[in-house]
Amino acid sequence: MIETVFSAELPVSEHLTIQKNRIVGLGHDKEGSGRRLAIVTGVHGDELEGQYVAFELARRLKASPELLSGTIDIYPAVNPLGINSIERSVPMFDVDLNRTFPGDEHGELTETLAAAVIGDISGADVAVDIHASNIFLREMPQIRINEISADSLLPIAPLLNVDYVWVHASSTVLESTLAYTLNERGTRTLVVETGVGMRITRDYGERLVDGILRLAASLGMWAGRFRAYRAPIVSRDGAVSYLNAEAGGIFLPEAEHGTPVIAGQRIGIIADTLTGEVTQTITAPTSGLLFTLREYPVVYPGSLVARILEDEQ
Amino acid sequence: MRSKVIFSLSTPYRESMKIRAAEFGDADAQPCCAIVGSMRGNEVQQTFIAANLVGRLRELEREGLLNSEKRILVIPAANAFSMNIHKRFWPVDNTDVNRMFPGYDKGETTQRIAAGIFEAVSSYAYGIQLASFYLRGAFLPHVRVTDEGDLSRESLEMAALFGMPCTLLHKPSTFDTTTLNYNWQVWNTHAFSLFTKATGSIDEASARQAEDGIVRFLTHVGAVREEALSTCAETEIGEPARIEESSLSNVRSERAGGLFVPLVGPGDCVVRGQALAEVRDTFDGCVRDTLRSPIDGRVFFSRSAPLVNQYSIAFKIAPQ
Repeated sequence: MIETVFSAELPVSEHLTIQKNRIVGLGHDKEGSGRRLAIVTGVHGDELEGQYVAFELARRLKASPELLSGTIDIYPAVNPLGINSIERSVPMFDVDLNRTFPGDEHGELTETLAAAVIGDISGADVAVDIHASNIFLREMPQIRINEISADSLLPIAPLLNVDYVWVHASSTVLESTLAYTLNERGTRTLVVETGVGMRITRDYGERLVDGILRLAASLGMWAGRFRAYRAPIVSRDGAVSYLNAEAGGIFLPEAEHGTPVIAGQRIGIIADTLTGEVTQTITAPTSGLLFTLREYPVVYPGSLVARILEDEQ
Repeated sequence: MRSKVIFSLSTPYRESMKIRAAEFGDADAQPCCAIVGSMRGNEVQQTFIAANLVGRLRELEREGLLNSEKRILVIPAANAFSMNIHKRFWPVDNTDVNRMFPGYDKGETTQRIAAGIFEAVSSYAYGIQLASFYLRGAFLPHVRVTDEGDLSRESLEMAALFGMPCTLLHKPSTFDTTTLNYNWQVWNTHAFSLFTKATGSIDEASARQAEDGIVRFLTHVGAVREEALSTCAETEIGEPARIEESSLSNVRSERAGGLFVPLVGPGDCVVRGQALAEVRDTFDGCVRDTLRSPIDGRVFFSRSAPLVNQYSIAFKIAPQ
C-alpha cells in the first residue's frame, strides 16, 4: 500500500511528497509477525543505486507475500525533488538533508520533513539506509558503522551481502545523519554505501536485495529464498589508507576497482592535458584491497582518488 | 598595509585560486584581530564590507591611527573560485568551506582551503566573520556569539563593543561544530559573526553599520586609536539587546505555498496578531494565508524570496 509520509505545498500547483510502499506479509511466522523492517534510500538526490533495490525488493515481495511475515516499509525517495532534478541536496535550500536530522517539526521545511521521516521510521526493528557513492568515487558494496553503534550493528551487518564493513570513528558532525538519529533512538540502522553516483550497478543491487531478504529471514520475517554471499571483511579506521591527488588535472586509473593491490603498484596518473605531462603518479602506499576508486576524471589538489583497506599483518 | 597570499590552490583549466589578505601592524606584532569577509560565493555584501574595511584601515594607517603593536588581518574574499562563477558553495562538489573547519591540510580540497584559512587566522585574540544565513532574507544587523563555555560568555560581554543594536546568543547544533566561528572559540579566539541586511546584493546602509562596528571594536581592543571613532557614524552606544536564539519565534507559512508578499521588514516593531505577510495563490492571486506575529516584538529576520513553500520560515520575531 502506498502511503504518504510527508507532504508540503510548493508555490505553484505542486506538493513535495514523500511516499513509502508498505508491504504487509501474509505469512504467520510467530517471530516475524509484528516486526517491521524499513528500507530507506534517496536521501541524496544524485545517489541512485538504492532505486534499483527499492524496485526489485518490492517486486519480489509482492510476488510472494505469503512468504513474508510482518511489514517491510520501502522509502525510495526521501529527497524526491533532488532525485527528480538530479541534485544531491534539497533544491531551493542547497541543504544536505543528511545533516538535518533529527529535524524539527516547527522548523524550516527541510527540518519538518526530516522530523516526519524520523517519526515514521522510528520503532522499526531494523532500518537500512542505502546510499550510493557520489559521482566522484566508485565503492564496493559496504556498510559503514559508527563505532558507538558497533555492538548492536556488527551482528547483523554481515547479513546484507556486502564485501566490507567499515567501523569508523565517531564525529560530532555525523550526529545529524538519519542513521545516527535512528540508532540513538533505538532503531538499529545500517548505512550501505555502494557503487557510484548517478548510475545503477545492477549486480550490486541484486546482492543487496538478497541481503535484505537474508536479514528479514534472520528476523523471522522471510521464509523464501535468497542468496547468501561470503562474510565481509570487517575493519576499523586504522586499516584504511586514503590516496589524495596532490596536483590538479585528469585522473586516469590504472588499477582495477575492487581488486587487491600491492605496495608500490601504480593506481593511476594525473595528466595535464595542455602540456602532455604527467603531473603525478599515484602508487599504493600499502598492500590491500582497492575498495574505493575515483570515477570522475577531473581532480583538484586534495581530491580523493582511492582508498585501500590494508592487508592484515 | 601588507598584501599577502595566505593560501593558494592550483586547479585545472583556471588560474590558481589565491586567498589574499591585508595585514596591518608590525609583522611581529601580537595577532590581535582577524576579519573574514566572504567564505561563500554569494556573500557579496560580506566582501563589500571587508573590502571597504581594508580601505578604511589603510587610510587610518596613513594617518597614524593604527597601533603598530597589534596585528590586524582582513580577508575580503576567501572563496573567489565560487564567487567568480556565481556559485554559493565549492563548484566541484558543492561542499561548504564554512563546514570544513578546522580543516585538514592532507584532506579533500575544501578541507585544505579551510586548513589554510584557519592557519592564518587561528592565532588571533579576536575573530570576526561576516556571515550569511542559508535562507534568503534580511536580518536586523547583529553580532552573533556561540553559546559554548566560559570563553563565549566573555565574548558575549565584548560583543557590546561593536555598538550594533543587538547580540544573538547562538546555541550550536552538532552540525555547527565545523564552522569557523565555532572552531575559533574552541581554539581560544573570541569569535563574533556579524550579520547585516544583505548577502547576494549590496546594502550600503547596513554595510556601513557593520564597518563602523568593527572599527569601534578595534578601537576598544586597542588596535586602532580613539581618534578613529570620528570616522564612524554617530550613534548612541548603549547595551545592545541580548537575544537568545531559542527565544526567537518562527513564523512559517503553515497552510499554503505561493507568492510571498511581506508587509513588514527587519527591525520593525510588531504586536501580537499583526499581519506580517500574505501568501497569495499563484493561479488567481487570492490570499491563501495571512502570517501573523505570535508575540509582541521586533522583526529579527524577514524572508526576501518572492515565493514561499508551506512550512517555510518567513520571519523570526524577537520578543519585546
